[in-house]
Amino acid sequence: MLGVKNIIDIDDLSSEDIKLIMENADSFAEVLERDLKKVPTLRGKTLVNLFFEPSTRTRTSFEIAAKRLSADMINFSASTSSLKKGETIIDTVNTIQSMVVDLLIIRHSDSGVLNFISRNINTPVINAGDGKHQHPTQALLDLYTIKKSFKSFKDLKVALVGDIANSRVARSNARLFKRMGMNVSLVSAPMMLPEDMSYFGADIFYCIDDVIKEVDILYMLRMQFERQQRKYYPSIKEYNRFLSLNTDRFGMMKKGSIVMHPGPVNRGIEISETVMNLETEMPARIKINNQVNNGVAVRMALIYLILISRQENI
Amino acid sequence: MKEKALILNDIDIDRILKRISHEIIEQNKGSNNLVFIGIQKRGIPLAGRIAKNISELENIKLEVGKLDITFYRDDLLKRVKPKVEITDIPFNIDDKDVVLVDDVLFTGRTIRASLDALIDMGRPKTIQLVVLIDRGHRELPIKADYVGKNIPTSLNEFIEVNLAEIDGKDSVKICEKD
Repeated sequence: MLGVKNIIDIDDLSSEDIKLIMENADSFAEVLERDLKKVPTLRGKTLVNLFFEPSTRTRTSFEIAAKRLSADMINFSASTSSLKKGETIIDTVNTIQSMVVDLLIIRHSDSGVLNFISRNINTPVINAGDGKHQHPTQALLDLYTIKKSFKSFKDLKVALVGDIANSRVARSNARLFKRMGMNVSLVSAPMMLPEDMSYFGADIFYCIDDVIKEVDILYMLRMQFERQQRKYYPSIKEYNRFLSLNTDRFGMMKKGSIVMHPGPVNRGIEISETVMNLETEMPARIKINNQVNNGVAVRMALIYLILISRQENI
Repeated sequence: MKEKALILNDIDIDRILKRISHEIIEQNKGSNNLVFIGIQKRGIPLAGRIAKNISELENIKLEVGKLDITFYRDDLLKRVKPKVEITDIPFNIDDKDVVLVDDVLFTGRTIRASLDALIDMGRPKTIQLVVLIDRGHRELPIKADYVGKNIPTSLNEFIEVNLAEIDGKDSVKICEKD
């Protein structure tokens, strides 16, 4: 049973919770390989995707996860809602809660909105990304992807590369990876490093070449243009020189190492066109589409565990 | 929990499984079209042993799958089981004679869930049910095709099945709840 009602911050989960989620994900992944990819487990349960910020993969991933478990999923997007008419967030959430839903999946551009919402309602909440703060389900699906590629997490060398300051993925992932015993490094430019460096507790490098030969996992972060109010990097050429993954650099990576990216990839910025196109040829090395697939299994496991844990408390 | 009686020991279980293996061959007039599926957990070693018996008798290779029925339970949110075991059926069950194996037949709800799960995976020619113990108290119109032993029980009793592959030794005991 999960020790928490909501999943807002990756640090909320205990090591037992994480172990249970990882173990269950295998069983849910098996359902996704069947001809009929649907089981009746959560019939009659209603889930709401409440997205105050655009998203393709996370929203779709949660929707597919819910539907594979036979739960009803309602999509709510802020741009077409009464929020446009001036309704407050809490009123919107309360309205949705009054319609008796079992689980809310929320994304919002402001860090910390999820904490505020969860304190004011009874329905369990999963954070699908809040501002620069946290993206716990991404961290869990990434951990599951790593689990499938390596025997143990202990002492794996992982480098998070790119725009750390604006990345909720970097925050959730660095914390989770460290907790599982991995060595985490950050590769970035001074302008793209966050103020709260102690939160990461990681070594810092300024060029991808400093780590490329040693890493087991090269985790490329997306350039968050939408969150960059000022220009964080002088030019794409400069970025390419220090922080991009190209064919030469990919060739320097050690045997058995993997490349990850939370998507959507800015082709030619974080990862070159050529390396991106290698995925079909080398699915054991480049994991970007595999991460998406694992995302559905991990989210099915999470939805299942939250709803059954909830039932026991009533 | 209080142990009331030892019903079967390892030799008894071995004899029962041999007898059932013969019955399955007889009933199906051979073994060419059989596949075996054990229900998590203790149906799996039982399915494996029966398949091994038959493959030795008939000199044939037989497939054995594992089924976890958590996804199909009707009482999921009442009898919570956080850890979902793996389902592993790496073969096609279409047009096969599927031999479904479980340790204890009680209310019939596990079997109902198993049938739903199997039917979602394909269209077997037949589904036949093997249970080591039938303890009665059915809540659904379900019966086993091959029964190891009928053990009438009261509702405050339960059957404890131990199998070497999981528990280190073979035995079936009848126990009483405190």
